[in-house]
Amino acid sequence: MMVMALMNEREKRIRAKNRALLAALLGVVAMFYLIALARMGGW
Amino acid sequence: MSQVTAAELARREASAFGPGVGDYLELLKPRVMSLVVFTGFVGLYLAPGRLHPLLAAVAVLCIAVAAGASGAINMWYERDIDALMERTRNRPLPAGRMAPGEALGFGCVLAGAAVMVMGLALNWAAAALLALTIAFYVFVYTIGLKRRTPQNIVIGGAAGAFPPLVGWAAATGDVGWPALALFALIFFWTPPHFWALSLYRAGDYARAGVPMLPVVAGPAETKKQMLLYTLVLWPVSLAPALLHVTGWVYGVAALALSMLFTALAATVLRSDDARWPKRMFGFSILYLFLLFLLMALDRAPGILSGLAPGFGA
Repeated sequence: MMVMALMNEREKRIRAKNRALLAALLGVVAMFYLIALARMGGW
Repeated sequence: MSQVTAAELARREASAFGPGVGDYLELLKPRVMSLVVFTGFVGLYLAPGRLHPLLAAVAVLCIAVAAGASGAINMWYERDIDALMERTRNRPLPAGRMAPGEALGFGCVLAGAAVMVMGLALNWAAAALLALTIAFYVFVYTIGLKRRTPQNIVIGGAAGAFPPLVGWAAATGDVGWPALALFALIFFWTPPHFWALSLYRAGDYARAGVPMLPVVAGPAETKKQMLLYTLVLWPVSLAPALLHVTGWVYGVAALALSMLFTALAATVLRSDDARWPKRMFGFSILYLFLLFLLMALDRAPGILSGLAPGFGA
């Protein structure tokens, strides 16, 4: 029972980390896109 | 059979879960980061010329990420002494919630990314200054000075003084005298700020073997030095007005705030009450925040200059 709870908590943390990483990567992609627009003077 | 303490049980439980997102955020030292970001932003704002708002935001983000990366690498290197100090023993590494290599890798990746993005999006002068800031904080302050000399935060204070220079360089591509004045302001502010903290945390530092001035020279000498540094801040805080980066509304306010800072240092020197160093520490943060805020407001058209017509920048 205790082991199951630990496993669940661990999985929850890994999922949260993966989501945060995905958000960071998408943020970087969007940032580079906007930087390119700003530097080319198109925005 | 060995006895397992409650603290050890909690530590094992925490490491079984692995680090959470909050632990990574804690590595970035968000409270320290906020003042760094603010001073960097003001450096950028005061600089002459125009910068696209998005690029300005990217520059501030790079400064924030670089500050966080420095904090993470610092926590990796100092994990042994962090475990000995009350204030830091709950950080992710000493608490056993994260492996040391993970913190180091996280810090290095963020540091590299911040410098690269600054170079690609803004200019390479700002990127070089940002890299220098990280290197100074990690190699000169954390590894070189902190455990060796009571002057650690005097010289190491330069690391915290770089962000306005980086901000200025991001906007202009070089470093001017006004930017150096902002650097000097933070540089001379750092010793009284940190020594106020170390006065009431001297036991922690002594236990960890960190030669902070109150541990090595005693509280009386520390308080004397703090008072001297607050006096140096009088002309230094006026420099932005003398260099015409701001108007005289800022100048008058800076002088008043510096006098108040000195008065507080004099009270700390006279009193043995442990509450005064805490108050001085709190006020030192407010002092720097207000000075930079006033610089920004004084530069903004029609805000402070409208209060004293004819005295604006």
